[in-house]
Amino acid sequence: MGIRTLVAMLLVTILVTGLLATRETYSVFVPGLLEGAVLTLQIAILGCMLALVAAVLAALGKMYGPTPVRWLANTYIEIFRGTSALVQLFWLFFVLPQFGLRLEAFPVAVIGLGLNVGAYGAEVVRGAITAVARGQWEAAIALNMSRSQMLRRIILPQAFIAMIPPWGNLFIELLKSTALVSLITLNDLAFKAQQLNQTTMKTIPIFTLVLLMYLAMSLAFTIGMRLLERRAARGLARGRFA
Amino acid sequence: MIWDWAYAFEIIPQLAWAAVVTIEATFIGFLIAATLGLVLALLRIAFPRTAWPISMAVELIRSTPLLIQIFFIYFVFPSFGIVLDALTAGILALGIHYAAYCSEVYRAGFDNIHRGQWEAAIALNLGSWTTFRDVIIPQAIPPVIPALGNYLVALFKETPLLSAIAVLELMQTAKIMGSETFRYTEPITLVGLFFLAMSLISAALIRSVEKAIKRRFIR
Repeated sequence: MGIRTLVAMLLVTILVTGLLATRETYSVFVPGLLEGAVLTLQIAILGCMLALVAAVLAALGKMYGPTPVRWLANTYIEIFRGTSALVQLFWLFFVLPQFGLRLEAFPVAVIGLGLNVGAYGAEVVRGAITAVARGQWEAAIALNMSRSQMLRRIILPQAFIAMIPPWGNLFIELLKSTALVSLITLNDLAFKAQQLNQTTMKTIPIFTLVLLMYLAMSLAFTIGMRLLERRAARGLARGRFA
Repeated sequence: MIWDWAYAFEIIPQLAWAAVVTIEATFIGFLIAATLGLVLALLRIAFPRTAWPISMAVELIRSTPLLIQIFFIYFVFPSFGIVLDALTAGILALGIHYAAYCSEVYRAGFDNIHRGQWEAAIALNLGSWTTFRDVIIPQAIPPVIPALGNYLVALFKETPLLSAIAVLELMQTAKIMGSETFRYTEPITLVGLFFLAMSLISAALIRSVEKAIKRRFIR
């Protein structure tokens, strides 16, 4: 979908939410839900940052690390991609304390979701690095650069541009999976929805507002990534990453 | 004692029964997703002028969390007079959510069909139904089967979400065991291992199917 359509959809979503919020039956739920949405956003943003770091480290470890590091990176990627995000959250929240490491729900949420998405991201990073034209490597070798210099100065800056669209999808996935943290007692948007639903039984207004809020956040994320993509591609030879 | 083997073996039969529910939800959910997704993709092609409501619906479903959609079907549908039990509501939510993803996969498949194929079908005076059934679908579907397989695995990994509406699948069973005995380590770890094993096996299967398809259909 084009960026204009997305912006239009976001505006319509906000407008509909605003119109609904003028009605008594809907407006009572808005403050509580917004409070939850703030926590959802916090977890999503911190999770994204952790995911990026984890993904780059795992991909570099898998591609260029010595054997034990390579093995470790592979294990991390396979375990976090092979099991459910919810199982991972439960494991970190309920099982890890039995091994003597007790974490609060908030760090568990950020670490769990960040590492989960990071494992998928590692493959994205690897793909982007492999997609950088071979001539770039050869030129860097010809200039007598060391491997870390090549990666830092030549390969990664180009790979990062190719990574933006798939990362956009992953960030949306992460934003959506933040709803899972409601099941490990965090007060996020999904939790607030269930709580208000149980106390008031007004299911239609509550879940309509919640869907609209998630939609608005996803659209805002997508638009942000599209703008970043456009900005980063400036001045690049066209079709280089085709 | 961190890991109790005796307890682990004691709970395996019960978890195995719960795994049946998980697998059942996966396959029925994916059946809905694959069929509904194909219908959505075909509708988009058949009526290009009225495709935008479908695109909007697909975008809406893909942009909101599955958990909220499960809650929506389970808690909100009764207000419209549709009362579903937890398992049905969960499977339906999984099916609809992944139908949105699958429709995009099918669309990519149809987009890859060369225009000449459509034109040749018109030149041979084939009806639109015959064109689809005998010309377009046999060429469009095989290349996207691996992508559909990936969504099957993704759907499988989302089934633990059904525990949020108390469906007695793997995760819910493990949670109940944990809260009864205060031993979460064995049940949750076993559930994790089950998912890991199944995912690795299906990843290998998808890879071999991909190879077989490439050999047969793609020149």
